[in-house]
Amino acid sequence: MIQFENLHKAFGDEQVLAGLTLEVHDGETFVIIGYSGTGKTVALKHVVGLLQPDAGDVLVDGRAVSSLDRERLNALRREIGYVFQFAALFDSMTVADNVALGLRRRDLGAEEISDRVAEALALVDLTGSGDRYPAELSGGMRKRVGIARAIAVRPRYILYDEPTTGLDPVTSAVIDRLMVRTREHLGVTAVVVTHDMRSAYTVGDRIAMLYEGRVRQVGTVAEIQASDDPVVRQFIEGRPT
Amino acid sequence: MIDRIGRKTVELIEVVGRWGQFVADMGRAIPDVGTWGGLALVQMRRVGVDSLPVALFIAAFTGVVLALQASYTVTGMVPLYFVGTLVGKTMMVELAPVLVGLALAGRVGASMAAELGTMKVTEQVDALETLAYDPQSFLVVPRVLAGTTMFPVIVALAMAVGIVTGWLTSLWLLNMSTTQFVKGLKLFYVFKDTWFGLFKSATFGFTIALVGCVVGLSTRGGAEGVGRSTTRAVVYSAVAILVLDALWAAVLLR
Repeated sequence: MIQFENLHKAFGDEQVLAGLTLEVHDGETFVIIGYSGTGKTVALKHVVGLLQPDAGDVLVDGRAVSSLDRERLNALRREIGYVFQFAALFDSMTVADNVALGLRRRDLGAEEISDRVAEALALVDLTGSGDRYPAELSGGMRKRVGIARAIAVRPRYILYDEPTTGLDPVTSAVIDRLMVRTREHLGVTAVVVTHDMRSAYTVGDRIAMLYEGRVRQVGTVAEIQASDDPVVRQFIEGRPT
Repeated sequence: MIDRIGRKTVELIEVVGRWGQFVADMGRAIPDVGTWGGLALVQMRRVGVDSLPVALFIAAFTGVVLALQASYTVTGMVPLYFVGTLVGKTMMVELAPVLVGLALAGRVGASMAAELGTMKVTEQVDALETLAYDPQSFLVVPRVLAGTTMFPVIVALAMAVGIVTGWLTSLWLLNMSTTQFVKGLKLFYVFKDTWFGLFKSATFGFTIALVGCVVGLSTRGGAEGVGRSTTRAVVYSAVAILVLDALWAAVLLR
């Protein structure tokens, strides 16, 4: 279980998170929605210790992330796959090397690593692309490699940061299907940050809307769709005012 | 006014603290040989082999100019074999380390800052961390190690090339004999000339790589930020080389 407990984070004078409190239950796909700049990615980065909170904390299976030493933090990171908004692939490495990188941090033989890379690439429909470089891939393919890199380590949790941003509707649907398939195959708990409502409804079990650094509303997909909160309604309907 | 001085002082202390923390973090990553071992070899090739043409080109022409200038300076005052002395001493103690250092500050330092800066702004550094890698072990230690170990090798070769071109210039343009040039070369030679130049170049290599890494990893703001970091790395490295050069002269040559 991932728990955000009264999380506060500011950058200079800008208060991004102002008491975020949430619980992500084991096995579910939890979607965080909200306007750009409301701290969705900032919240996600606290889960893997990429940012330190000003106050409050994130607990992963009871472990307070901000107080872990480097060794324990790395142990925690080995349980989490992180899919970055723009994939964050290593330009100088092939697709296969990108996917294998996380596996090389574990005590695995070369054959096992190779098998796992092939399996992960097959899961994202990129079999045969292992020798290509990120610069040779389309945006959608890069995102799929990012997902393959995250799932290759067989994590307990996967964090998706804006997985469909910048993609056309068909490629977005492919990514959505992949996220669902990943959950079915690996049984992972997932947190998805997005402002793509179609994607949120497709992949999410529960949805939380962040507004002004806090949770405005949290509920199942049906509950969010039926929300009578004007802020939530405006966002999910995409109305300008 | 006082307020401004106070703010600047605080900023300076913060900068010194950040650099100190960075070096401490790098020291902490050194035992992680499993991560940086193979990567260091790649960086050594990039810093060493790939920089050789530039370094040797500079050294070759410096040797030519040194011989001609030495001849111009000493003719009629001291025997001509002092050309060998001036070429040898100056190449080893000063010109090979400093000129090569300044040239490689542009080539190596800028390239490291640009590469790491791009990785930083495209979240590749964050991605490394989420894969349980320490960026210090993966990115910084191999580069700093390569800079520190390969600079003396490059400078040693530059010294040799500079002396050889100085010798050839003496033979072909100054009508000196090899015996005369070698006599001058050996005249005031002490082993300290060599190790001082090599030691100095190791500190230059360390500094250029460290500056490239620190500046690269603190990049913010996309492509424009990467450009700023690249320029900053070259300027900081060049200034650091000149300051270190004066420092080592004051400490070791007195």
